Amino acid sequence: MDGWLGVLIMLVLGVGFAAVMIGLSVLLGPKNPTPEKLAPYECGMPAVGDARERHSVKFYLVAMIFLLFDIEIAFLYPWAVALRDLGWPGLMQIVTFFMILSVGYLYVWRKGALDWAPAARARNALRRGPRKAA
Amino acid sequence: MDLRFAVQLGIIGLTFFMLINASAVLVLAERKIMGFMQQRYGPYLVGPHGMLQPLADIVKLLFKEELRPKAADKWLFNLAPILSVAAAFTAFATVPWGAETTFFGLLDDPVSLGVADLNVGVLVIFAVTSMGVYGIVLAGWASNSKYSLLGGLRASAQMISYELSYATALAAVILLAGSLSVREVVDAQSGYWLGFIPRWYVFLQPVGFIIYVIAGVAETNRAPFDFPEAEQELVAGYNTEYSAVRFALFPQAEYINMATMSAVATDLYLGGWHGPFLEQYGLGWLWFLMKVGLILFTYIWVRWTVPRYRYDQLMNFGWKWLFPAAVINLIVTAALVLYFNA
Repeated sequence: MDGWLGVLIMLVLGVGFAAVMIGLSVLLGPKNPTPEKLAPYECGMPAVGDARERHSVKFYLVAMIFLLFDIEIAFLYPWAVALRDLGWPGLMQIVTFFMILSVGYLYVWRKGALDWAPAARARNALRRGPRKAA
Repeated sequence: MDLRFAVQLGIIGLTFFMLINASAVLVLAERKIMGFMQQRYGPYLVGPHGMLQPLADIVKLLFKEELRPKAADKWLFNLAPILSVAAAFTAFATVPWGAETTFFGLLDDPVSLGVADLNVGVLVIFAVTSMGVYGIVLAGWASNSKYSLLGGLRASAQMISYELSYATALAAVILLAGSLSVREVVDAQSGYWLGFIPRWYVFLQPVGFIIYVIAGVAETNRAPFDFPEAEQELVAGYNTEYSAVRFALFPQAEYINMATMSAVATDLYLGGWHGPFLEQYGLGWLWFLMKVGLILFTYIWVRWTVPRYRYDQLMNFGWKWLFPAAVINLIVTAALVLYFNA
């Protein structure tokens, strides 16, 4: 049996187990819904608006940057497996690849896309003085 | 349906059953170890020394009321815990936990002890672990509550940030072994140097091991990186609107992820099932269990010892310290491998 069939069986077993547990709970549990119980939680007060409002763009930025470096790592794996055949020229080539990507990484770092605390940037800005128009 | 196929199905079933038990036992182990570290006993009354506590917990959770907030998205709300648990189980499928065996001559060809013997195992581990992020994001989104959404977004941002270091640390290991297959990586760690030092990759890659463990802890939202579940900040984060079994499936997925991280660390860094004395009797899997247990104990130990990170400290550490360290580790390992012509 090829290995992939085992992975599929585990996946089906996992999904089945979770579904059976949820089904059992729905069957066995009491059902007394009241408006208070069904309302979303907001520290004990009635919720103001739902959660489909705007949220910070930092999360989107992190995801985009993760995507770029994830592709880089995807290129890394075949190189790592074939390193002994590629030898020193292969190492130089991957270092060049990394250097190019690290220029992007440094840009992202310096522009502050990796900062989650604007206070740190504000503190540094105070130390450095007013920034020239970028 | 020949005997070999039946035996393989049996091994898959055994692994699945053991994983479910593992999550239950880990709940108890965590509470007992936490208790002892806090100078108290932990669960003590249910069963001998509290050993039936997980069973009591599961029975209680089954009989609780299943609530779904009116504003929540019905299908996604139900799908999120299923996705989390399915990804957790599937990730363990790629990890072999014992050597190949013929069960003392019962079979003609040896069968490998483990669910799947893939020749791209490391890549599949990485891929399926990434799928686990979906469950958490969906839970936060589907609950339609501000706490849940923020918790889900923060959790997913944390998990994907640490996946880069995780994958790069693993890349250094497959560089040493020259193969993506987990079984071949373990077999490359058999034997001894100087007769008594085992050829484990943790000795060749100490920095890589530390990077892997830190990234693994952050991946599973545990220990000092458990911001998504930080009760003080986010109530229960993405879990806020969940009750009863749907709630319980999230910690279960988390504990199975812990077990998978420990198993992968054991296979890739600590020599898997290799060890003195037991292997010739076909009991290598006992060594595997012992090593996995050691790493799991370290997980729990770290959780109840160190304080929690602040979220921006966490993200800073992952992006600005751990990822460059992992990349430098990889390049230096590659240069050393080429220099020594290993």
